[in-house]
Amino acid sequence: MTVTTTSSGHTLPADWRDYYALTKPRVMSLVIFTGICGLLAAPGSINPVLGFTAILCIALGAGGAAALNQWWEADIDAGMKRTSQRPLPAGRMDPVNARDFGIGISAGSVGLMGLAIGWLAAGILAFSIFYYAVIYTIWLKPRTPQNIVIGGGAGAFPPMIGWVAVTGDITLMPVLLFAIIFMWTPPHFWALALFVQSDYAKVGIPMMPVVKGEASTRKQIFAYSILLVPLAATPWFIGGTGALYGITALVLSLAFLALSVPVSFRRSVPDDTMKPEKRLFAFSIIYLFALFGAIVLDRVADYQNWPIPGVTA
Amino acid sequence: MTPEEDAEYRRRQKSRNVVVGGVLLFFVVLFYFITIARIGD
Repeated sequence: MTVTTTSSGHTLPADWRDYYALTKPRVMSLVIFTGICGLLAAPGSINPVLGFTAILCIALGAGGAAALNQWWEADIDAGMKRTSQRPLPAGRMDPVNARDFGIGISAGSVGLMGLAIGWLAAGILAFSIFYYAVIYTIWLKPRTPQNIVIGGGAGAFPPMIGWVAVTGDITLMPVLLFAIIFMWTPPHFWALALFVQSDYAKVGIPMMPVVKGEASTRKQIFAYSILLVPLAATPWFIGGTGALYGITALVLSLAFLALSVPVSFRRSVPDDTMKPEKRLFAFSIIYLFALFGAIVLDRVADYQNWPIPGVTA
Repeated sequence: MTPEEDAEYRRRQKSRNVVVGGVLLFFVVLFYFITIARIGD
């Protein structure tokens, strides 16, 4: 634990590592990955320097939104074991600095995206930051048990922004990429919420398993898992991707659905090991990486004219 | 401030300056290459 004030009352400047922690670097890895996949899967090409810049802007925007999220939730984070050691609740940083840092890198990322790439991509990036920091964090997260469904929208923007950075327009495909992550987030997060004893109830955040109960949450996991099967394969059905992606998506989504069945139709008992829930959660992460990897691979295969069995080139 | 606190103050100041300097330098180089790329468009 580092000191923040001296004996004479001077405030020590926050360590730069605390600013870095404010951007939630671990969440950012998935943001960067899906952003890169959107960029690579889009038809057309982009200068590598500009492609790198677009991904950098998406990452900085996500970091800025995360900083604003932690600035707003410092009191909530202080009440939960998992988050109490973050820079703000632990008292290692002045909240005003965290807020300005968040606003600063958010604005910087949008400005750079607009100047280097285009203002449509910059506009969507700006909206995604606003969506996460204001609509989700400030407005709806503390008010509705549907908060995870809404929060999933924020996580669904990166591939769409990556795609638009290349094409410069919004078509059905980037909207589908958005919809897939949107539909994936609730079963992914609720599987985790079922086996992790969280303190959300203590700090007044209405998480689904607490508000509607375990049985309802399990039913909803099943519903989203069913919807994910046709949705994930839709890029193939509409001809936006080839069979390589389509078949991969169907296999992955059916496996996801199969793993969600034991989660959906059981009740936990005292001292439950929660194996099915842990398995579904672990697979949900592999699922998203594999699915978006498949979109890119499908695009490369199309580009290189790889022979795909059963598909005419 | 005690000498130890003073040293800690200076250490943090310095490490922050190094990080900010590095970030600025990175953006100088990045903007150069963005400009070159956009001129080529």
